[in-house]
Amino acid sequence: MDGKKRERETRTKNQDPEKRESSYESLTGPVIPESTAALLRELVSHLRENRTQLREEWARRITESQLLLAMTKEEIFKEATAVYDNYIAVLETGSVEALEAYARDLSERIIPRGVETREVLGIVLLLRDVLARSLFKKYQADFALLNRVLDAYEPAANRIANTVGVGFVQERERIIRQQQEAIRELSTPVLQVRERLLILPIIGVIDPQRARQLTEQLLRGIRANRAKVVVIDITGVPAVDSMVANHLVQTVDASRLMGATVIVTGLSSEIAQTLVTIGVDLTKMKTVGDLQGGIEEAERLLGYKVNMVTQSTDQIAAAK
Amino acid sequence: MRVPILKQGNYLIASIQSALSDYELLQLRDDLAAQVGRFRSKGVIVDVTVLDIMDSFAVRTLRAIAQIARMRGSETVIVGIQPEVAFAMVQLGLALGEVETALDLEEGLALLELRTKQGGSRDSQS
Amino acid sequence: MTAKAEIHIPINSDSDIVTARQQGRALAQEMGFNGSDLTVISTAISEIARNIVEHAKSGEIILNAVNSPGTVNSPGKIGLVVIARDKGPGIADIALAMQDGYSTGKGLGVGLPGSRRLMDEFEITSAPGIGTTVTMKKWKR
Repeated sequence: MDGKKRERETRTKNQDPEKRESSYESLTGPVIPESTAALLRELVSHLRENRTQLREEWARRITESQLLLAMTKEEIFKEATAVYDNYIAVLETGSVEALEAYARDLSERIIPRGVETREVLGIVLLLRDVLARSLFKKYQADFALLNRVLDAYEPAANRIANTVGVGFVQERERIIRQQQEAIRELSTPVLQVRERLLILPIIGVIDPQRARQLTEQLLRGIRANRAKVVVIDITGVPAVDSMVANHLVQTVDASRLMGATVIVTGLSSEIAQTLVTIGVDLTKMKTVGDLQGGIEEAERLLGYKVNMVTQSTDQIAAAK
Repeated sequence: MRVPILKQGNYLIASIQSALSDYELLQLRDDLAAQVGRFRSKGVIVDVTVLDIMDSFAVRTLRAIAQIARMRGSETVIVGIQPEVAFAMVQLGLALGEVETALDLEEGLALLELRTKQGGSRDSQS
Repeated sequence: MTAKAEIHIPINSDSDIVTARQQGRALAQEMGFNGSDLTVISTAISEIARNIVEHAKSGEIILNAVNSPGTVNSPGKIGLVVIARDKGPGIADIALAMQDGYSTGKGLGVGLPGSRRLMDEFEITSAPGIGTTVTMKKWKR
C-alpha cells in the first residue's frame, strides 16, 4: 500500500516539478485540481482503513475534553461514527449537502439537551486534530508529501467544520426565534381587575413588533371588556427611548378613540428625565408614580363616572 | 345613501349604515348642522360602528360637525370606533382633537348626560 | 398570487375613493392579511386616492399581489402593491409634501406622510406639469 502511494507521489513529482511549489502557495494561489483530487482520494482510503481506531480516538478525546457531557458514551460514539462517515463522504464527493442535513438533524436532537455552540465547535475541531495527527504519523517520513496532503486536507476540513458549526448556530437561531414568538404571545396579558378596568403590565424590552402586538391586544381587550380605564404599568420595561415613548403615546391615543382613559404607571424618574432630554412630550399622558397609585386613580375615575351614569340612566328613564 | 338621524329627547343620533363617500359625509355634516338648530339639541352622537376605516377626510368632517354643533350649543360624541380603525388612525397621525369619544351608543348617551349636566348654563337657552 | 391580473381602478370622483379602498381590502383579505392590516391598507389607499381627486382630478389606482423570493436565510414573502398614478400638476417639493401637517389642499396634511407610516414601503416620484406616481407595499407578516 505504502509503495503504491509513494509511486503515485513520485509520478506526480515527475509530471510537474513546479507543482510542489504551487502547493506550498495554496493559501494565496489555487491548488491544482488533479493532484488535490488524487490526494483527497488517498486521504479517504486512509480514513476508511483506520475508521475504527480513529473514531475511538476521537470519542476518547471528546470525553477527555469534557465535551458533550449531556450525552452518554454510547451516544457520543454513535454520533461520532455518523459525523466521521459524513466527513469521509464530503472529502470523497466534495458535496456538503448530506453533511448539512445531518448537522441540522443532529442540532435538532442535541439543542434541547443543552449542548452548546462551543461544544459542537470543540468536537469538530477535535476531529480535525485527530485526523491531522494521524496524517503526521503516516507521512512523517516524507515531509514534502505530508505538506501536500495537508494542503489538500485543510480546505476540505475547514469547510466541513464550517458546515457543522453554521448548521448548529442556524438551528439554534431558529429555535430562539420560535421561543421569542412564543414569549411574545405570553408576555402581553391584558387583565381585568374589576369591571371596566384593565391592567396591562409590560415586562421586558419593547420592540416595534411587540409594541404593535400590545396595542392591538389592548384595543381588542377594551372592546371585549367594555373597559373605561386602562392602567399600563411599565415598571418592568428596562429602557424607554423615543420609539417606545412614541408607541405609548399612540396606544394612549388609540384607546382614547375607543372611549377609554389610559393611566401610565411605573415611569421612573431616570426614564422621565431621559424623555424630557430627548424631547418626548408626555404631557398629554396621564401618569401616576406606581401601579397601586394608578389603580387608585382609576377607581376614582370609575367611581366618579359610575355615579354620573346612575343619574343619567334615571334621567333617560324620566325623559322617556 | 343619506345617513338617518334620529331625534331622541334632547339629542340627535346619527347612525352611519355603510361606507360613506366624501359627498355623503358632507351631507351628514350639513344635515346635522341644520337639525341641531331646528331641534335646539343639546347633544349629537355619531355612531361609526360600521365604518371599517376612518381616513383624514372622515376625521376632518367629524371634527367640523363637532365644531359647528358646539357653536350652536351642542356637544358631540363619536361612538363605536373599532379597535383596528383606532389603530390605523393613530398610525396615520389622526386625532379627533377636542371631540369626545365613547365605546358605544349607551356609553355615548351617558357621556352626553354628564357633559350637558356640567354645562348647565346652556339649559337656560333651550 | 402573481398569476392574478392587476386590478385597475379609475379615480375620477370621491366615490371612486370608496371603490378603491374596498377593492384593496378585498384583495388583501384574499391574500390572507389580518384584521388590523386590512384596515391599515385600505386607509392608506383611501389617502392616496384622495390625493388624486384633490390635486389631479383624475388618475388611477393599481392593485397587485407580489412574491418576494426567499433567500437561503429568509423565507419568501408575499405583499400587496398599491400604485397611484395621475397626470396632474405634480409636486414641486416632495420633501415638503412628505412633511406632517403640510397641505396645499383642504386636508389635514397627513395623507402622504401618514400613508408612508402605515405601509412597509413607500416611494413617490413626481414632476411638475407631468404628474405623480406613488408606489407603496405592505408585506404579509
